Amino acid sequence: MTDAFIELRGVRKAYNEGLPNQFWAVDGVDLMLERGRVTLLTGPSGSGKTTLLTLLGCLARPTEGRVRVAGQDVSSLPERFLTEQRRHNFGFVFQQFNLIRGLSVLDNVMLPAFPLAPPHGALRARALQLLGELGLAHRSDARVEWLSGGEAQRTAIARALINDPPVVIADEPTANLDTHLSKAFLAIVERLKDEGRTVILSSHDALVAEASIVDRIVSLRDGKVVG
Amino acid sequence: MRHWIARQRYLIDYTVAALARRMAKNAGLVAVYTALVFVIASVLLYSHALKREAGYLLQGAPEVVLQKLTAGRHDLVPADYVEKLQGIRGVRSVQGRLWGYYFDPLASANFTVMVPPDRVIPSGSIVIGEGIARTRGAAEGDVIAMRGSNGALILLRVAEILPRESNIVTADLFLVGEADFRALFSITPGLYTDVVLSVAQPREVRTIAEKVLLVLPDTRPVLREEILRTYEAVFDWREGIVLMLLVGAGLAFVILAWEKASGLSADEQREIGVLKALGWETGDVLTMKLWEGALVSGFAFLAGFSLAYWHVFTFSAPLFAPVLKGWSVLYPDFRLTPAVDGLQLASLFLFTVVPYVAATLVPVWRAAVTDPDRVMR
Repeated sequence: MTDAFIELRGVRKAYNEGLPNQFWAVDGVDLMLERGRVTLLTGPSGSGKTTLLTLLGCLARPTEGRVRVAGQDVSSLPERFLTEQRRHNFGFVFQQFNLIRGLSVLDNVMLPAFPLAPPHGALRARALQLLGELGLAHRSDARVEWLSGGEAQRTAIARALINDPPVVIADEPTANLDTHLSKAFLAIVERLKDEGRTVILSSHDALVAEASIVDRIVSLRDGKVVG
Repeated sequence: MRHWIARQRYLIDYTVAALARRMAKNAGLVAVYTALVFVIASVLLYSHALKREAGYLLQGAPEVVLQKLTAGRHDLVPADYVEKLQGIRGVRSVQGRLWGYYFDPLASANFTVMVPPDRVIPSGSIVIGEGIARTRGAAEGDVIAMRGSNGALILLRVAEILPRESNIVTADLFLVGEADFRALFSITPGLYTDVVLSVAQPREVRTIAEKVLLVLPDTRPVLREEILRTYEAVFDWREGIVLMLLVGAGLAFVILAWEKASGLSADEQREIGVLKALGWETGDVLTMKLWEGALVSGFAFLAGFSLAYWHVFTFSAPLFAPVLKGWSVLYPDFRLTPAVDGLQLASLFLFTVVPYVAATLVPVWRAAVTDPDRVMR
């Protein structure tokens, strides 16, 4: 079953608004993303992939246009409600992973759940379970700066899943990985898809674009959807 | 409520981990902060305890001390003044006193010599304070030689050494009999160094002082409350001087704290962005930083204050005592009774902890309200 989980209508996003160097990173995008499918945003550098991801993931508000998530208009929600959306609906895997240095793998994974304050035992058990599923149980006490690139990415994936979000967003997930690790990442995405999650990727890696798990490719150029 | 507590525990856990990650930087800050609280608290505790001690001492002091003046200078009081004072209505008792200072060349120090009003010391005997016994190495039964104002040596046998507990009052005290005192300073019988009065109604002490001036216009009544006020003024003034000197240190700390707080490193800013992207609200980030400020400043405050308490009441404040106490006012070595003024404690807390927490929060707030999409760009 597929239905529109995220819907964008006439969305534009400007940076340096009102300044001489103002530019439109996303310029009039209409998009509907279905539940449970894997969508790939692709395009050259500067095409607006990452900005579009931030709008889809409620990390930023559009300058113009409407964004709806699960039927709710989030375009002009106050920051607090936008955070609520992020917390419950989205898990993020950043290009640089953005793990907090100095903390253990386990602590990093549990971090998004801290403001929700679940029982500590249950949270820890879930974090360990996720790490186990991703083959990282033995590294749970290691500090994140000691991890390899692949381990760091799997830690970031576990962190993205800790609040059990229906949508996982990954920005250039294979940019820092070799072919072997990139394939391993795509296998994880397949599992997420099988679990019924919506996955949104941005990448200009051919390996990702050609992957069978990708249901839809959205091509961007100069902030516009071109295919 | 339970949810709120659980959330705070998670935030505190994270804060402690964050502090531990920047251990060297935070340890340096806490050390400077603790040192600042320590010196300010030492000055406040010490001067407060001194004022309290002076107040206690003066509680037992006579309500009025009367001095005779000749050409504006302190002079000896004739015995008939005592009789005239007894005739004033409202005066309960009058007593002539014999006391003065003796410069001891052996110790190179001034000691107080007095004839005790409440006990008789036999001629040829002397009772000495613990400080004098220590300085001169004297024990009971030893003979102490004193040179009188006429140059003659007077030999006195030590009958007793005053207990250490009364040190602040008695450390530099010689107690002698009346005859020996008069011989030592060549004061003829019928003259006293000053006179002390006690009054029937303490509220009337000023009226009685005015009556005394009418009867004996060449005298100067010194009231107990005036002495107390003078003590307060002296210690307040000294406390002020020291605190002024510490303003420089305080400012240096403010600059350090501001630098640390306002100059959020790129790492810290990125971390805030990541936390927000992961679903932390601005409020969560601020609460976390509030805990950080509270832990750093609370620890520094407690450590600094405890060290100051220990410094003042266990070691008699060796760092500040010479300035605050003053050689000429309180010479002896004594240990103060522990005393903490709640208002002073609250002021110290207000002036050290609150500004630090505020200085930490403002820049964090600025970083925390920015859109979390920065971490993606």
